[in-house]
Amino acid sequence: MTATSWAWLVLLLPLLGSIVVSLGFRAIPAPVAGVIGTASIGLAFACAVAALVSLLGEAPDARHHASSLWDYASAGGLEIKLGIYVDQLSAFMMLVVTGVSTLIHLYSFGYMKSDEGYHRFFSYLNFFVFSMLLLVLAGNFALLIVGWAFVGFASYALISFWYRRATATKAGMKAFVINVVGDIGLVLAAFLIFRELGTFEYGEVFAKAPGVFERGEWTVTAICLLLLVGAFAKSAQIPFHTWLPDAMEGPTPVSSLIHAATMVTAGVYLIARTHVLFYLAPTAADIAAFVGLATLLIAGTIAIAQTDLKRVIAYSTMSQIGYMIMGVSIGAYSAGLFHLMTHAFFKALLFMTAGSIISAMANRQDIDRMSGFWKAMRFTSIMLLIGGLALAAFPLTSGFFSKDSILSYAEARGGMYTWMAIGGYVGAFLTAIYTFRLVFRVLPGKPCKEAQTLIDTGRLYHGPPINPATEEEEDTEIGFPGAHHHIAEQSWPMAVAMAVLGFGALFAGLIQVPGVDNVLFGFLDPAFADSPLEAIHPTVGAEWRGLAIGAVISVVGIALTWLLWVARPELPALFRERLRPVYLLCLDKWYFDEAIELLIVRPALAIGRFANGTFERLVVDGLVSGAKETVSGAGGIVRVVQSGFVRSYALLLLAGFAGLALYFLLSSS
Amino acid sequence: MSIEWYIVLSSLLFAVGAIGILIRRSPVVILLCLELMLNAGNLALVAFSRMVGNEQGQVFALVVMVVAACEVVVGLGLIVAIFRRKLPLDVDELRELRG
Amino acid sequence: MEAVLFFGAALGALGGAIGVVAMRNPLYSVLALIVHLFALAVLFLLLSSAFVAAAQLVVYAGAVMVLYVFVVAYVGGGEESAWESIPGQQFLAPLLGVALFVELAIAVLASSLLALGTDGPHVSSGFGNPAAIGYLLLEKFLIPFEASSMLLMLAAVGAIVLAGRRPTGAASAGTPREREPAEAAPVGPTGDPA
Repeated sequence: MTATSWAWLVLLLPLLGSIVVSLGFRAIPAPVAGVIGTASIGLAFACAVAALVSLLGEAPDARHHASSLWDYASAGGLEIKLGIYVDQLSAFMMLVVTGVSTLIHLYSFGYMKSDEGYHRFFSYLNFFVFSMLLLVLAGNFALLIVGWAFVGFASYALISFWYRRATATKAGMKAFVINVVGDIGLVLAAFLIFRELGTFEYGEVFAKAPGVFERGEWTVTAICLLLLVGAFAKSAQIPFHTWLPDAMEGPTPVSSLIHAATMVTAGVYLIARTHVLFYLAPTAADIAAFVGLATLLIAGTIAIAQTDLKRVIAYSTMSQIGYMIMGVSIGAYSAGLFHLMTHAFFKALLFMTAGSIISAMANRQDIDRMSGFWKAMRFTSIMLLIGGLALAAFPLTSGFFSKDSILSYAEARGGMYTWMAIGGYVGAFLTAIYTFRLVFRVLPGKPCKEAQTLIDTGRLYHGPPINPATEEEEDTEIGFPGAHHHIAEQSWPMAVAMAVLGFGALFAGLIQVPGVDNVLFGFLDPAFADSPLEAIHPTVGAEWRGLAIGAVISVVGIALTWLLWVARPELPALFRERLRPVYLLCLDKWYFDEAIELLIVRPALAIGRFANGTFERLVVDGLVSGAKETVSGAGGIVRVVQSGFVRSYALLLLAGFAGLALYFLLSSS
Repeated sequence: MSIEWYIVLSSLLFAVGAIGILIRRSPVVILLCLELMLNAGNLALVAFSRMVGNEQGQVFALVVMVVAACEVVVGLGLIVAIFRRKLPLDVDELRELRG
Repeated sequence: MEAVLFFGAALGALGGAIGVVAMRNPLYSVLALIVHLFALAVLFLLLSSAFVAAAQLVVYAGAVMVLYVFVVAYVGGGEESAWESIPGQQFLAPLLGVALFVELAIAVLASSLLALGTDGPHVSSGFGNPAAIGYLLLEKFLIPFEASSMLLMLAAVGAIVLAGRRPTGAASAGTPREREPAEAAPVGPTGDPA
């Protein structure tokens, strides 16, 4: 079988899983639904591996194939095919998506066990995986937009999964609306591409573009800027990022899959895929790099001040994706994708451990209430530590190699990009701080009452079911999380999934050690061979220098955090007092939500009110009612004839006949 | 007498019947005027049949007679029904079917 | 001779017609119509349509008019003034009638159908007798013949349904006015139907 046949199977299996689980939700018992959901993704992963093997069997510059099932639209110069494009980039994304998804499905198998909406969850989750695969495998911009929109919908459905929680539904709507803004950008970009190049197919677009556009021309810059709008909205970069922290209202497996490992990386994939266009629009590429850098730094500062466990990890995601966006914008395509892969591992792992801890805390997420879990949940704590080390780029973890591959490329490119590298190292320092602030809050110390209950009785602390964001009580019917929670120590699917990811987080970096092996870049680089930026390579010496700097920053950061939060816990409070404005700025998320509320939401609502009150009343109703009144009036006039008197009808009849006869007489004389 | 005389007589009778319908108020008399008009038509048909020279017009007249008979039956049935329900037998009063 | 008969019958027909329209008592109108029908039969005979004349007398004057007489006897011959009518109708109606007659007369007299001015072609003595009509009815016009018999049956059924006796009780709720006979009186000639 060819790589594309395997790819079609990869697309089909999650869709089938979703349909089977959703249609059979009454007939299929819950655990079976979970098995079907997980198995379909697992099989998809196997097919993705088969596709990779098939690709590896070919020469490096022949590893790109397009395959189309049928012509979706074919009229007047418009040709849209239902087609996929399999090359190194899409194979890589396929593997990451299906691999991490399999593990997350396995985790959900245990974590969501007592939830009433179990079938719905697996159906939506499978649909999401299908949509994400459609996005990465799409062979033309039209199908990309379809996948893009489906993913947005799946995200909305899963964020608002506990639909009776008002906070969850609001968060879902917020995510969807911001996503739609991105969709508009993407669609407009696709229209412009079609107008300039006359086709949607990837192969043709990227072949024609260098001939049609000059470097720096405004049309291609406009296209890339619009693509960036889409990428930023999907990847939660500033200023389209406000939906991501709120998206933590969804169940933890959802946060781990969609908002850490896969959907938010769609923007990175998009920029990598359209790298030809971005090379032709250096202004747009630089803007993207700056936005990535800004997000990385701002999100890092916000994460230091947050107290909700999942939100810290969410801002961390935003920051790491800033690295990836910066990487693929400046030309470090393979490096950015490397970081995407390692980030998927350790971020998904971090979310999984967060889920375990939140379960132990009876659904509370406030890290100020957590302590001493090292004694209570050893396995989860070890996983948290592994994830944290990888995130903080501790030497020899996967995050260490991947983050520095981006930064050393930036240095190698020189000029202003060196400043970006420096910004990246500052961001790495911030990362170490906020990550280990989290770790040192939760793990060491005297066990909190929930942890103590676990140590003493071996059973979970049982608190009243509450909404973690607003602290109000809820019931446990369908639409809310169930009454039972599951931790990794007591649920083998969760533990297995976390263990595999932990292994990946620790050792996945070893496939790309500078000067030692070149497995990943060797595979991915030919996909970007048509970009001159690809030719820039940092020397092995420069890379090791970068690694050394990164190692120092990471260790110093962790040590500083130890000092501030374990050795001298009164210091953070002091800093908060002295630097209160700075603290508030970070705590209130740099006031982006408030700014959007003021600049966009309020004017929009005002326009809506005006439209409803004035415009609707006067113009629309006026027109419609006016038409109605006219017709009624005319009818009223005509109605006079219908008097009910038979004889007047007869009179009219006769008068008409006489008139007609007169006419004929006159006309024939 | 040439055929024209018969046709002109027929149109005269038709006009008289039409005036009658417009003037009278009792449904019975209106039906009678309707009969006048139908018979005027019959006269015209027979006259034309004589003019053309075959009897097809006469057959037509017979069928018209049949139709007139049916219509009279139904119309009188209506009048009886109206009378039975103690409604006034006056077409100006019976005007609920209006716009 | 023929002219005398024609004018006599024409006057009879016209007189009968005017009598129908002008008589106050419906019964007198019916009788006037019978006179009119007889006159018309004579005219048919003058036009060599023996069968139609006979049918006219037997069917029309004999059966249909008898029906009218029965109904008028049942319903009662209320006297009414002939000229009370809807505003405007008073003058328009005769005007239109006259206009109609004038137009038709002009159409006939000024017509280019020259055969109108003749007595018609020479026909055999068997023209218009039952045998000839019979042949036509049963050969050429069989379907209209059968259809008209169907029509007659329908009309008979319809009349029975219309004027049939309603069962007393709840089923007579289909005639709401019958339940409130008191209201029927006020809703008389002076009332305004709601």
